[in-house]
Amino acid sequence: MMNNIIKKNRYLVLRRTLQFGLLLLFGGANWWGWKFLMGNYSSAYVLESFYLTDPHAVLQTFAAGFVMSTDAIVGGIIVLLFYGLIAGRSFCSWVCPVNILTDLATWMRKKWRLSENDNFLRINRKTRYWILGLGLILSPIVGVAAFEVINPIGMLHRGVIFGFGMGWTFVVAVFLFDLLFVEYGWCGHLCPLGAFYTLSSRFALIKVKHDAEKCTLCMKCKDVCHEIQVLDLIGEESGYIKGACSNCGRCVEVCDDDALKFSVYNYKT
Amino acid sequence: MADELQNNSRRDALKTLFQGIGVLGLGGSLWGSAAIKLKASELTLRPPGALEEEDFVKACIRCGTCVEACPYDTLKLATLDNHTAIGTPFFEARLVPCYMCPDVPCVPVCPSGALDVKVIAKQIDGHNTDEPDIRRAKMGIAVVDQETCLAYWGIQCDVCYRACPLMDEAITLEYKRNERTGKHAFLEPVVHSDICTGCGLCEHACVTEKAAIFVLPREIATGKVGEHYIKGWDKADEERLINIKKAETKESSPEDVLNDWEHLLDDE
Repeated sequence: MMNNIIKKNRYLVLRRTLQFGLLLLFGGANWWGWKFLMGNYSSAYVLESFYLTDPHAVLQTFAAGFVMSTDAIVGGIIVLLFYGLIAGRSFCSWVCPVNILTDLATWMRKKWRLSENDNFLRINRKTRYWILGLGLILSPIVGVAAFEVINPIGMLHRGVIFGFGMGWTFVVAVFLFDLLFVEYGWCGHLCPLGAFYTLSSRFALIKVKHDAEKCTLCMKCKDVCHEIQVLDLIGEESGYIKGACSNCGRCVEVCDDDALKFSVYNYKT
Repeated sequence: MADELQNNSRRDALKTLFQGIGVLGLGGSLWGSAAIKLKASELTLRPPGALEEEDFVKACIRCGTCVEACPYDTLKLATLDNHTAIGTPFFEARLVPCYMCPDVPCVPVCPSGALDVKVIAKQIDGHNTDEPDIRRAKMGIAVVDQETCLAYWGIQCDVCYRACPLMDEAITLEYKRNERTGKHAFLEPVVHSDICTGCGLCEHACVTEKAAIFVLPREIATGKVGEHYIKGWDKADEERLINIKKAETKESSPEDVLNDWEHLLDDE
């Protein structure tokens, strides 16, 4: 029984461990002087030897008219290549601290059945791509990385690591938006960083593979998925889950038929 | 019928297009004005080696590595509460000043280049080296309010002078006769802005209720003479006169120009 619960939540446990673990390492650097992971999710100084940088922030800064130093650019390229060629959009569900909050909001929303009268506000899932573009257009106009100054992800991780100030208002706004207004509202509709990683990790190797032969059409995967549009091949044809899939593994956990599995993308097929 | 359908779909497409432009325009202008507000910094002291404020705010990736590198917890990351670009590092000298570490640990860890060793590079024979020199930091300038400074009252206080890490260089004491008592001296602190790094140790140490010596950002605390004033007694400055480009003048007199009919009578 216990084993089954863990097995049914194995990726959730791993994801939360990684997410909280990273927060602890970042926080420990500021609170207790640990040297494993200094800085934050915008730029991390790893083991005092190299940097991992948010490529979206580097890009916005470039658009605003400043070329960052080599350290930051190389760090951004490493991150871009890691997600772009290997891990897919997994930043969103495995690393990003906002995901912990929005997942909590979604869980509460489902538990309290808040999504039943869902016609209050509808937002197109493609809105995030427009926000991504708009941010890059605005950056040179306002002379600063436009998304970074309103970024709730930054407000949250800087808040946890360095102190919130009034930054918690942005974070609570995102939480309430997801809880009360739009299901998967922030991560699934608005966040330009998610849009950035979706676009840049199109050709990533790690993808969930669907085997339509084994599928019994129980549709449990569609119940748990936060980006339902990526599952339109379920039961119809075998293949890889593409698009905005963040490799969270919920569908893999819930599938009783072994029809969904993490897999390495085969370019030849 | 088919025509009508086509018209409607075209109308719908146009409507969607204009709605899209409207939402983008509205969102963009709100976002843009919020961004301009959130990047504005008033009277903010930056870490040593920071670029000019405008570039600094642009360049800073808001990671806080400099904050963690600072051994005195001087630096803080701005939140929405501070009148400073959100997420950027700053310090309040009255609370915790910059202790001017000789190795300047906050600067080399900066990944973005917002804090740049080149800005405070140690100079040997006029050439920049790769080493930082904290004495070249220009975080701000200490300013004395003579009305509230005890030393200017004639009371003996040289706390700022002694707190200054560049004692007798950045702050000197000017001795003056106190005519009121006839037998005492004023020991007035004077800040030399070419030396002062803006570390704020003086502001931190000042004994008055609200500091009578305080650090302001350089662009606030300095004036600008303008290029047309030249120090005639300074040879290097005087040489600027020689290099000034003469204004271009026409050889011909004004009458000649006015009486020049040639072009007016052109047939073409």
